[in-house]
Amino acid sequence: MSLSIQKRKDIIFFSILACFLLVVLPGGLEPFRLNLVGKYLTYAFVTIGLVVCWGDAGILSLGQGIFFGLGGYCMAMFLKLQASTVEATKNQSTPGIPDFMDWNQITALPWFWKPFHSLPFSLIAVMAVPAALAALIGFAMFRRQVGGTYFAIITQAIASVLTILIIGQQGYTGGVNGITDLRTLDGWDIRTDHAKLVLYYIGVVLLLACMLFVWFVRSSKLGRILHAMRDQENRVRFSGYNVVNFKIFAFTLSAAMAGIGGALFTLEVGFMSPTFVGIVPSIDMVIYCAVGGRNSLLGAVYGTLLVNWARTSFSESMPEIWTFAMGALFIGVVLFLPGGLSSLYQNYLDRYMTRLVAALTARFKPARV
Amino acid sequence: MLWGYSFSDLTSIFVMQSFAGLILFSVFLLMALGLAIVFGQMGVINMAHGEFMILGAYTTYVCSQVFSRWIPTLFGAYFFIAVILAFIVAGAVGMLLEWGLIRFLYRRPLDTLLATWGVSLMLQQLFRSVFGAREVGVQLPDWMMGSFNLNETTQIPVNGVIVVGLTFFITLGIYALLLKSRWGCQVRAVMQNRSMAGAVGINTEWIDRLTFGLGCGVAGVAGAAFTMIGSTSPTAGQQYIVDTFLVVAFGGTQSLGGTIASAFSISQARSILEFFLSGSMAQVIVLLTVIGILMLRPQGLFSMKVRR
Repeated sequence: MSLSIQKRKDIIFFSILACFLLVVLPGGLEPFRLNLVGKYLTYAFVTIGLVVCWGDAGILSLGQGIFFGLGGYCMAMFLKLQASTVEATKNQSTPGIPDFMDWNQITALPWFWKPFHSLPFSLIAVMAVPAALAALIGFAMFRRQVGGTYFAIITQAIASVLTILIIGQQGYTGGVNGITDLRTLDGWDIRTDHAKLVLYYIGVVLLLACMLFVWFVRSSKLGRILHAMRDQENRVRFSGYNVVNFKIFAFTLSAAMAGIGGALFTLEVGFMSPTFVGIVPSIDMVIYCAVGGRNSLLGAVYGTLLVNWARTSFSESMPEIWTFAMGALFIGVVLFLPGGLSSLYQNYLDRYMTRLVAALTARFKPARV
Repeated sequence: MLWGYSFSDLTSIFVMQSFAGLILFSVFLLMALGLAIVFGQMGVINMAHGEFMILGAYTTYVCSQVFSRWIPTLFGAYFFIAVILAFIVAGAVGMLLEWGLIRFLYRRPLDTLLATWGVSLMLQQLFRSVFGAREVGVQLPDWMMGSFNLNETTQIPVNGVIVVGLTFFITLGIYALLLKSRWGCQVRAVMQNRSMAGAVGINTEWIDRLTFGLGCGVAGVAGAAFTMIGSTSPTAGQQYIVDTFLVVAFGGTQSLGGTIASAFSISQARSILEFFLSGSMAQVIVLLTVIGILMLRPQGLFSMKVRR
């Protein structure tokens, strides 16, 4: 074991998070609360994507809700088709199509719904559709060196277009109510408490896997190029790197992760609606990331949990205060704590942790020659 | 889609729809002018701009209530006083915001965006606590309610004419202020090169504050105009903010004339399409077109050539 102190700390903190999510929370929370945590963790997929895209590569996307929503809708379309068998919908004028289509006088399944009969296709689409859209947007924008605030505004506009489109085309998308009344995943009922527990564990394991992947990306040479690009884009360009492709990669990666999060959200919550697509949820997710720390994976996950936990408990007791508190949180974090909670840790606790970890793991270190 | 209408029907549809588009254009333009000053000239992304508009709208609402209850004799003229008050209130709050928050963030535009989003959340909640979550509408004096009948099928509403006229004068005023006055010259100097402007003796902090206040004040006037065409609710501003940013970006952030041209083309396209398609599809098509053009031409339609 000749790992550097930093690596050892990373491993220890990652294990603590894994332990917390896999053992402590399921043991200590009632099923309802645990399901809520599971819901928050689906947002954490978006925030760790934002750590790469915003924290590392410096691309602030205010449209992560697009990708979260697309992933969620892909999953919801599959589940809805499963719930709309010919027997289950025999009272409709056209049996075998989702109920909201029937209400909107649509008599045949639209072509883009048809592939979602297949589970493998849907699971691939959950990642591929958001990633493809992100690659397209990225290709169009980064190639023309559109970045910074312009990019943020355009992603926001796309989020608002998608929301308007989903609400407007209610015959194809379920409109403002979204796709509701989802029942089974390939014959497995997702509404029972047991299923929710299983889904929670699936969510946590997937999140940890995604974190490991992102950790790998960030510690590789690729991660360093992303950092360099954020700080001195022109120098990286003049050093012979194709900045555009790296930006597209970071943005696409974050979109694919958001898609996974959205799909898990649909499974755990049991519906998908345009309220999770638009501008407001997109910016909310950015603030989760900012509170936790845009440069820290663990910080982003803790930030997501913390803000959502605060939101739930405040809005249960005093909803008016909560919106004020959320606004103040935005301003406070930006003004006084640009690095988020993780920068607090870095500034005050890290040196003690370093000593502690060094002392604890000293015996694993080979004697210095 | 044009079948089934006679020629004269089509003409009056066209005239009335384009006038409806002209009213939408006025509100867009007033919003966008404020944003063009704040975003285009200062480079500050103010996500709370929509809330400043709503602040102006609520000021107008309060004015109409006060006049109808205590000064009913002057009720016919309250709208003009409300416009001035909306400008002052929104401008003052804007200057306060600049002093308390924005001035610390001039070097971090992305962070300004997040912080002002926080401001917009707080303002929305403030409106909700004070005025309630339900929509409120203002009472119009009798003389503003009617419409001019051009012929038996074409009608032009009086309040629309007032809104359009107001927009015309405000635009003219801003144009003169920024491009002809000494103060406007200082503003442009500060925006082009802050340290150089400071070196020749311009009080840059004060210019920043006044410019931001002016942008917010114009948004307040937009809010007063907005009460003529729609009802005011705490979250109404948020629905306009993205459209407005697109208008400013589409016109080229540095150019006032570009802002006017893009507000005109976007609102006209939208209101004419709205008649033939559903409202949401019209909005989607126009937004997508604008996004597409911005992807091809990120600097906007009319951009000044500046060396950066």
